[in-house]
Amino acid sequence: MIERLPLVHHSRSRLAAGAVLALTVSLGLAACGNKDSEGSSAKSCVDTSGDTIKLGFLNSTSGAMAISEQTVRDSLTLAAEEINADGGILGKEIEFVEEDGASDPAIFAEKIEKLLTGDCVAAVFGGWTSASRKAMLPVVEANNGLLFYPVQYEGLEASENIYYTGATTNQQIIPAMEFLADEGVETLFLAGSDYVFPRTANKIIKQYAEELGIEIVGEEYVPLDDDDWTTQVAKIVEAEPDFVFNTINGSSNVGFIKAYYEQGLSPETSPIISVSIAEEEAPAMGKDVTGQYAAWNYFQSVESPANATFIEAFQDRFGSERPTSDPMEAAYTSLYLYKNLVEAADSFDVDDINESADGVTFEAPEGLVTIDGDNHHIAKTALIGRINSDNQFDVVWSSDGPIEPDPFLEGYSWWDASAE
Amino acid sequence: MKSAVRTFGPLVAIAVLAVLLLVVAPSVLSPFRLNNLGKYCCWAIAAVGIGLAWGRGGMLVMGQGVFFGIGGYAMAMHLKLEAAGPEGIPDFMLLYGDGTMPGWWEPFRSGAFTLFAIVALPAVAAAILGWAIFKRKVKGAYFAILTQAMAVVFATLLIATIQETGGFNGLNQFTFFFGYNLYDPVNKRMVYSITAGLLIACLVVVWQLYRSRFGELLVATRDAEERVRFLGHDPANVKLAAFVIAAVMASIGGAMFAPIAGIISPSDVDATASIFLIAGVALGGRALLLGPALGALAVGYGRSTLSEQFPDQWTYFLGALFIVVILMFPAGLISAAGRAAGLLRPRRRVRPTAARPAGATS
Amino acid sequence: MDSFTTPLLAGTATGALLLIAALGLALTFGQMGVINMAHGEFLMAGAYTAFLTQQVISNTDISILVAIPVAFVVAGLLGLLLEMTVISWMYRRPLDTLLVTVGVSLVLQQLAKDIFGAQGDPVESPGWLDGNVDVFGYNWPYRQMFTIVLALVSLCVLAALLKYSSFGRQIRATVQNRDLAETVGVRTRVVDRLTFFLGSGLAGVGGVAVSLISGTNPRLGTTYIISAFLVVVAGGLGQLKGTVIAAFAVGIATAFFADWTSASMAQVATFALVVVFLQLRPQGLFTVRSRGLA
Repeated sequence: MIERLPLVHHSRSRLAAGAVLALTVSLGLAACGNKDSEGSSAKSCVDTSGDTIKLGFLNSTSGAMAISEQTVRDSLTLAAEEINADGGILGKEIEFVEEDGASDPAIFAEKIEKLLTGDCVAAVFGGWTSASRKAMLPVVEANNGLLFYPVQYEGLEASENIYYTGATTNQQIIPAMEFLADEGVETLFLAGSDYVFPRTANKIIKQYAEELGIEIVGEEYVPLDDDDWTTQVAKIVEAEPDFVFNTINGSSNVGFIKAYYEQGLSPETSPIISVSIAEEEAPAMGKDVTGQYAAWNYFQSVESPANATFIEAFQDRFGSERPTSDPMEAAYTSLYLYKNLVEAADSFDVDDINESADGVTFEAPEGLVTIDGDNHHIAKTALIGRINSDNQFDVVWSSDGPIEPDPFLEGYSWWDASAE
Repeated sequence: MKSAVRTFGPLVAIAVLAVLLLVVAPSVLSPFRLNNLGKYCCWAIAAVGIGLAWGRGGMLVMGQGVFFGIGGYAMAMHLKLEAAGPEGIPDFMLLYGDGTMPGWWEPFRSGAFTLFAIVALPAVAAAILGWAIFKRKVKGAYFAILTQAMAVVFATLLIATIQETGGFNGLNQFTFFFGYNLYDPVNKRMVYSITAGLLIACLVVVWQLYRSRFGELLVATRDAEERVRFLGHDPANVKLAAFVIAAVMASIGGAMFAPIAGIISPSDVDATASIFLIAGVALGGRALLLGPALGALAVGYGRSTLSEQFPDQWTYFLGALFIVVILMFPAGLISAAGRAAGLLRPRRRVRPTAARPAGATS
Repeated sequence: MDSFTTPLLAGTATGALLLIAALGLALTFGQMGVINMAHGEFLMAGAYTAFLTQQVISNTDISILVAIPVAFVVAGLLGLLLEMTVISWMYRRPLDTLLVTVGVSLVLQQLAKDIFGAQGDPVESPGWLDGNVDVFGYNWPYRQMFTIVLALVSLCVLAALLKYSSFGRQIRATVQNRDLAETVGVRTRVVDRLTFFLGSGLAGVGGVAVSLISGTNPRLGTTYIISAFLVVVAGGLGQLKGTVIAAFAVGIATAFFADWTSASMAQVATFALVVVFLQLRPQGLFTVRSRGLA
């Protein structure tokens, strides 16, 4: 039996002393803080004296979201080049600073602070995931900057410093449910990624379904980067729903679509309506998805002079094989809306812009869009498209004109935010 | 004289670092860059712990993001509740859930409990996991894989529990830090100073540990576990202690990360984030006292600047860092540079973990 | 009834996929003590090979069959390249190879993104895999059966190779006692290299099977690799049967957990199961050596 020696002997007291000393120092530093501050809004450092105006483009060009966000970056670049060719904003040429959000919310927060306080840009365009927007929100508010966010999202948000040019739920999810009711759908299955947007969207869908008399016959979630949907699709087969509401995000859609067809489902039995499959994604499924549906506010097939110009310009710039999609259009629109906002205010100042924002319009590729000055969202027309054999969408249903944005669903009596 | 240099040399180096971080940096850096430096300091605090567990203890901890996350989320929960007000509940619970707060959030209203939890939670978690693993003599690559799997599982769990932890979005929109308004640049600077102070404190603690019998035993366990056992010590206990200390340090780093970055989300704590934490340790020199911290600061800085200069190439840099450094400079760039300059004599204790020849039995 | 058959059959197919991925890992780890974190990217390489083969041979009925041997060679050569350029310099530091291959994995993922684009590419299933057969209410896809057959064939070929060929005998000798094997004239370094080729090639074959589930994308490898590692940990070293049982156990357990709770919670539960299992059998299911040596 060997007697154990103590692991730490004479140095223990010194260890404690060292730690205590260092802690005292760092706590002493706490006294340097200012407890009574109201939180001073940083003064804007935007330079409007020259011939150019700086704007920031903040999209993920690396990481999991790069797939989607690069397309937004491309259409922002196109809009900036067009505006510059046309004389700029208030006669000033746009000089854009590009940053990579790296698909990481903390990086988005860091980069937008750099853009606003280091590069002193007048506005930032970008973000895709809700996580990235939520991370940027406090920074853009603290610095009284401007962010233009181009993606449909789960709503329930409005900030003085953010303009939302994608759809909120009452411009995409709710119209999609109205379409399903019009189609006489009685049973619905919900399939989504295990993530904020699908969970929130499905909460709204479930409440509205009850109102519409549609029965929810199943609800399945799979982690974002998990591609194997086989067991979940088996539950769809068993439930035999009239329709499947798909809120799956990103590449996981491929696994879902493959499993769906493998197990004998088809648009004839249980068609899918998706809110994240657009022109870009449809041909990448590895299956013929003709006959499936999607709910958006823009399709490449939309017939309007503005859209024809947009598609031609985009394909001239980035290649004739490139499709255009809803988020790309919303990003393109966001830069033009910014131009119109600045010109309406005759100023680059954020407060001036917000002052005169209500009612500012743009003849966008999707149709006329109008800014709501109260919630900073835009009125948009909801469209339901059916995929044809060219992987384009035939519009089969649309709302009666643009729908006023209602991010908090205040105009919907069936909505109860605190219900489960 | 020589031994005095050896004894107090590291202390002088720590003091120099303290002056640089606490005096020089705040006076020359813009608030934005200083805040970024604060973030690197958080990673550096976690890196100091990794240096202890991996560099000295030979345990390749590939899941430190978990403990970073425990501290980060504990702090973030408190900040969320502080932002919500005395009776309020965090906004996201109303948005994504049914507007009720899970009971286990309630204690985090208390600042004192939160500080206690930041130390106690990771310690308990690491003790349970470490005990299960080390007592069963699971080590080497198996240990590394299990810790990495743990990080993957932890992130999945966070993403799936949207109503309780904010899911993929994580926790953000903090307004106050223990009563101090976080929108005030003065208070931002204070949070930075606390973080830098904690980094220095962790370095002092580790300096003392390395000089203690425990430090000797840890290195002995790394290099010849069986001999340590024959001498009457249980190597599992030695490893467990190092693992717990490393976990607590990661947790402290995470706790400061939340107010500095303004957000903590699963992507800050998952397997990729954990690997990122190791990168700095490998670069600086895993077994050196200051190596892990300096390496983490450098990698953090590199990530910010390289991604500004070459937005698409950052992944290549990180990958190349692992390949080149581990392959060619396993003891880290600092050792390599020091040795090249002839300033540092090759020391027995700072060589990297050597593989035990196959054929020994346990 | 189908709340039992569905997870059982789907889980068996997942297990088959894990088996193909884990066989290569177990082989190289058992023999050389090398954990190859870039193994997942060899899966990815296999998937991209399936995609490229389909670009060359547009008949999907044939292209997938051609893709299997091609993917084996492509991934095998990648493995060989990795062994010769990096790993062979580090056999004395097995734990460090783990980190170096983390770096390799990051670089390979980014390379795939730069070459093929971040958007995944579709891989079309051959016509003879389209369809399913009703097993107690579960429309069991032919694709899952194909995966299981592919795994079993790979396993049998590998087992036969190890048991009956002289190369196999040399591998087994090296695994059991490297020094002694060398003494009796086995050129262990050459054996190592061949083992690495074989193990990586198997991952390529697995990649073809994965591409039928989800097409290709640069992050494809990371999805499967952690589970494959858990299989190796639970299965023990040096014998194929441990890996086989562990792979199917992990696959089926995950499927049942997913059925009872959710896919996310299934990941958590499976991990917990492996840790608890290690309490009971720290050396894994079967092993010829103690875990303490790893």
